[in-house]
Amino acid sequence: MSKDIRIKKGLDIKLIGEAQHELDQSPMSEYYSVRPEDFHSIIPKLVAREGTTVKAGETLFYNKANESMKFVAPVSGEVVEVERGPKRRIDAIKIKAAATQEHLNHGKFDLGNATAASVKEHLLASGCWPFIKQRPYDVIANPDNTPKAIFVSAYASAPLAADLDFTLAGKESELQAAVTALGMLTEGQLHVSVGKKANSPLAGLNGITLHKVSGPHPSGNVGTQINKIDPVNKGETVWTVAAQDLVIIGELLLTGNFNPQRTIAFVGSGVSKPRYIQTIAGAQVSSFLLKDGVEKGSNQRVISGNVLSGKQINEDGNLDYYSNIVTVIPEGDDYEFFGWNKPVFDKISPSRALTFSWLTPNKKYDLDTNTNGEHRAFVVTGNYENYFPLDMYPMQLLKACMYQDLDEMEALGMYEVAPEDFAITEFMCVSKQPHQKIIREGLDLMLKEIG
Amino acid sequence: MSLKSKLHEIKESFKGKKMAPAFNALHTFLYTPNEVTHNGTHIKAVDDLKRTMNTVIIALVPCLIFGIFNAGYQHYLAQGMIEAADGFLGASFWTWDNFEIGAWTILPLVVVSYGVGLLVEFIFAVIKGHEVEEGYLVTGMLVPLIVPVDIPLWMLAVAVVFGVVIGKEVFGGTGMNILNPALTIRAFLFFAYPTWMSGDKVWVHGAVERDQMIAAGQTNLDAISGETILGTYAQNGVTNYDYWDMFWGIIPGSVGETSKFLIIIGAAFLIFSKIGSWRIMLSTVIGALAMGLIFNAVVDAGIITESSKFYGLMDVPFWQHLIIGSILFGAVYMATDPVSAAQTNKGKWIYGFLIGFISIMIRVFNPAYPEGVFLAILLMNVFAPTIDHYVVQGNVKKRMKRLKVKAA
Repeated sequence: MSKDIRIKKGLDIKLIGEAQHELDQSPMSEYYSVRPEDFHSIIPKLVAREGTTVKAGETLFYNKANESMKFVAPVSGEVVEVERGPKRRIDAIKIKAAATQEHLNHGKFDLGNATAASVKEHLLASGCWPFIKQRPYDVIANPDNTPKAIFVSAYASAPLAADLDFTLAGKESELQAAVTALGMLTEGQLHVSVGKKANSPLAGLNGITLHKVSGPHPSGNVGTQINKIDPVNKGETVWTVAAQDLVIIGELLLTGNFNPQRTIAFVGSGVSKPRYIQTIAGAQVSSFLLKDGVEKGSNQRVISGNVLSGKQINEDGNLDYYSNIVTVIPEGDDYEFFGWNKPVFDKISPSRALTFSWLTPNKKYDLDTNTNGEHRAFVVTGNYENYFPLDMYPMQLLKACMYQDLDEMEALGMYEVAPEDFAITEFMCVSKQPHQKIIREGLDLMLKEIG
Repeated sequence: MSLKSKLHEIKESFKGKKMAPAFNALHTFLYTPNEVTHNGTHIKAVDDLKRTMNTVIIALVPCLIFGIFNAGYQHYLAQGMIEAADGFLGASFWTWDNFEIGAWTILPLVVVSYGVGLLVEFIFAVIKGHEVEEGYLVTGMLVPLIVPVDIPLWMLAVAVVFGVVIGKEVFGGTGMNILNPALTIRAFLFFAYPTWMSGDKVWVHGAVERDQMIAAGQTNLDAISGETILGTYAQNGVTNYDYWDMFWGIIPGSVGETSKFLIIIGAAFLIFSKIGSWRIMLSTVIGALAMGLIFNAVVDAGIITESSKFYGLMDVPFWQHLIIGSILFGAVYMATDPVSAAQTNKGKWIYGFLIGFISIMIRVFNPAYPEGVFLAILLMNVFAPTIDHYVVQGNVKKRMKRLKVKAA
């Protein structure tokens, strides 16, 4: 059964530096890092101490709250450093890649005789579980729950996002294996959303409920789709998996190897030849950054993720565990003379207050990281609603998070949202409020207080 | 060394010091800061609060310029020195003489309003250690436009201090206030110095002075009468102004509110630039027309007769309520203040409608205060959070219902 989802509220942010459909193989990175902070709210218990040699797929650490949930090495090699922060918090586990890669084989999984319990056990032990996230709270799914539905968005609407139709092409068998296994974990349906005009490799899968999505960003956000298809109510849980992570799960099930290889989009106006690159989660971005990419010594921001929700990393930073995109845009650490009152043609504005982006809806912009103004209290009202497709009141919810009123957060729909759902309102916020951070902190508070 | 790097150095030297917000406020007027995003969105839209406020000021400038000419024009006209202007482009209106005397009366109001108001803002910012917020930029422009021309400057200064401190800063500054600060200032003036805020002497520059000269025994002078149209109607009088005079604005009144034509242009600009809420503007007008129609119906039904003291204003055709008094100015520039207005879209409709409705009601039933708009807006400012509460509860109930349907 196919249902169409049409999103009207939103904004497509068109930027320079979209990836050409061209695939480059990245050379092997010297070091790979796994950062526990990528797995929000997980407290790691280290297994692989410094000096240990690990195979790809071997446990690095496990979840302190649930020992069966393993986090594994993306490559084989030696753990050379465990970077620690204050209070001996583990910041990163750094692996020096071995010259020849070896995988720890978890064994081919027999899907025919599988049960929900056996699927869970297999994914937990093999390091694939962290790819499954849950709402409420936007954290790694609690394996003790049974979700009412599982959602996969195979439509990317974020600025410069990787074209999933391109990066996932030819992976049908892995995708099918993954959705078959995941389908056993829920009592309800496994919803997959594809672009309306897209030719998605996910469209032909069995055992899914297919939805066709159209409209501006954030139509591709899984949170938007959940809200339109089957919103999360109090006491309910849904799980979400990113489409590109299905491939990793699928490969594990079919071959027994954990192979977090990713086809990432290497994009942004700072990249001389935006294109797709094949690399591995946790790789140093320097392994591909300079070749046909970023000019050395230029003042650029390197982001693991998209420009709206990604993480700022330096040129010697690492691809984070979930991203399938690396964006490079110019830093904006310069003053602009009379920037607040002169007419503006080269930046995006949701208003027409001497800003003229409304004249050229299809123009591609070269935006930098300047905030274009200072942080202020919430003043302007009613403009978030124009870009926020979820059926709730975004500003009221943000304020409830700020004054930490749990009842109000719950009533206003906090169980349904993830920080990324507030990326578009944060982008256009006149008061330059950090919406995603406010929501993240609100979710953390709820998780702590309500659980 | 360029100005930019020089200012950057000064900014660095102020960092962490008490006066930093004061310097930054001035610096950011010249240059948008070199601040960059961290995590969260790495790019931001161009609009900031300064641009938003600036757009409202642009929309107010025509009203200010017109107000300056009108002040001079009313002054000379009342003294019988010039002919009445014929329409908006009337020859005796846009003259240098009018401008000169108007500028000498009105620019001091602007200077005092901004000077005193911003000083208070700066002091609070330095004491509390936050940046100077831009809220006062619009308030400072609105205040001179909603007072009578001859208001003594010290009264204005006192009122501005009261309005900014009590109306805004005690609640936590821009974005936190419950009442519209500009209207708080006007309300303060109105109740503290009523003789300067109403009557037939305050609307024309020089009228009070002339009265004092006559009282002092100069017999060769005639008193200047510059009654507003509302004042005339409230006393069941007949006005000499025709509708076009009211529409173009060549009538006595508060400085910036007389020209409905320019207010409509300002409204169009605010709506087009998506800065002002068209919902509030439209619903206020609808509310005013609705109340006007009700009063007309009451008169038509013979319930109120000419002997009643309410007859004069009730008998005004409903649409004329829009071009007399400051209802339009209030609807476009005051009711739309996003902080003190209702914040939900549905709430804005209700809020605006009630402002229009109550404005006309106060106007008719309270001849002592013929201009009810500012009271109506302040009243609805107080009720706006309540309206929002019920609108938001609608959304909450929908979510609860979804859960119940599931459970059943």
